[in-house]
Amino acid sequence: MVASSAPVEQYNYDIVRKFTIMALVWGVLGMLAGVYIASELAFPFLNFDIAQITFGRLRPVHTTLVIFGFGGSALFATSYYVVQRTCQTRLFSDGAANFTFWGWNLSVGLAAISYMMGYTQAREYAEMVWPIDLLIAVTWVVYLVIYVMTLRRRSQPHIYVANWFFIAFILATALLHIFNNMAVPVHMFSLSSYSLHAGVQDAMTQWWYGHNAVGFFLTAAFLGMMYYFIPKQVGRPVYSYRLSIIHFWALIFLYMWVGGHHLHWTALPDWTSTLAAGFSILLLMPSWGGMINGIMTLSGAWDKLRTDPIIRFMVVSLSFYGMSTFEGPLMSLKSVNALSHYTDWTIGHVHSGALGWVAMISFGSFYHLIPRLWETKMYSEKLIFTHFWLATIGIVLYISALWVAGIGQGLLLRAFDEYGNLAYTFIETVSFLHQPYVIRAIGGGLFLLGTILMGYNTLMTIRKAKKERTEIEAKIAAKLANA
Amino acid sequence: MFEWLSWFTHMENTKPFVLVLFTITFVFIIVYVFTNRKRGKRLESYKNIPFQDEDENGQSKDIKDEQ
Repeated sequence: MVASSAPVEQYNYDIVRKFTIMALVWGVLGMLAGVYIASELAFPFLNFDIAQITFGRLRPVHTTLVIFGFGGSALFATSYYVVQRTCQTRLFSDGAANFTFWGWNLSVGLAAISYMMGYTQAREYAEMVWPIDLLIAVTWVVYLVIYVMTLRRRSQPHIYVANWFFIAFILATALLHIFNNMAVPVHMFSLSSYSLHAGVQDAMTQWWYGHNAVGFFLTAAFLGMMYYFIPKQVGRPVYSYRLSIIHFWALIFLYMWVGGHHLHWTALPDWTSTLAAGFSILLLMPSWGGMINGIMTLSGAWDKLRTDPIIRFMVVSLSFYGMSTFEGPLMSLKSVNALSHYTDWTIGHVHSGALGWVAMISFGSFYHLIPRLWETKMYSEKLIFTHFWLATIGIVLYISALWVAGIGQGLLLRAFDEYGNLAYTFIETVSFLHQPYVIRAIGGGLFLLGTILMGYNTLMTIRKAKKERTEIEAKIAAKLANA
Repeated sequence: MFEWLSWFTHMENTKPFVLVLFTITFVFIIVYVFTNRKRGKRLESYKNIPFQDEDENGQSKDIKDEQ
């Protein structure tokens, strides 16, 4: 029979395709918001006295769209792909997977709109008002069920290490989200709520959430991505599986303790922030162990760097992972923090991790994934090379500008004259920032341009795949008609 | 009955206790992973799992033809 030869997907790739597309959509929108607010800081007239687009409202739009929209969708896509491929089984429940798609994207979209309208619970990286928090919690529990049930149905006796990182990320994020967002609504039909925590406990809970969002959402999960996609792209297994086990246990144990380093020199008890700084220094070891494991996977295949732009994305991402996990412990030292905190150095550090590590490993993984999902080749390899250079130059400009801004700002704010008075007025420290802010906006703009190119390349790849499929179907139909 | 639990509420007890507990656990994991050559070989064999979903030509086995 003719119809019986039609290919049937063994794995659920439909959900992976959907999340991949939404990751790119949110990525472009989120980075666009980022470039706009960076430009607002350099040129404040861009606020145009319109409340909805002022820095205060657009900033959480930017962070939510890039972290949860782009990063979250990238993690849903890659984790659903990796768990199926490494367990050699189809994803548990197509319906539940579709529910996570709609639940997650609806949450991100509603959050962005609500921030612009002025609704926020004012918790950093968790600004969503309580009804959106509830939607996220339900979506996340379904995600956990899908993941665990798929692991239980695996054909492999062993659970590959990438899945350990993904499951740790899902469990930790559930914990963090629930405890950080515990609140009592003002009344049933109000979007406002009171946090259950108060005072310094509230601050500590918020940074326990904030830093572990970095640790588990933006690090552990993307390491899961790294442990699957780098070996696959290079065509070699990971350098040391045993090192990956140590990497996993050390990382998940140490990360939970470090949130207090965001609250040095505050009302937080001294021993708590010292403990956090101590654990932050210890974190350097597993972080660099993991980075070395990823880099060494390339040993014997370094020549591919010349010809394969995807491997370039991956190597640069590992380099930035190493660099930002060195810079983080450094900044967690109380003496360094006294200079760096409340300055743009922190913003630069976050972006060297977020752009350099998170976005670059996601781009590399997507370029590996997209041709396989749509069963074709990428539309243009040249555009991938162009994207790589735009992104890399963009990051370098961004973080260098903010090193200058942050360190300069810190030095100006703490300078005293011979009589013990502040040497500079506050406005002098602000006007000093103008030039670095302009360069930062240019760097961010280049990074955004690269992501737009990727979006275009992906769109054309999908169209090419459709065209190729139509041609094949026409050929088969013609052959059958002649037979 | 549960008075012994109050011992944990004193930071001077809890901090060294937790330090010792986690250090021992971590050392145990390192010893487990890096000693015993046979176990090491077994653990290292798992690194090939991502490649087990490919056929002999390195092609993905994600599409199957339904007869």
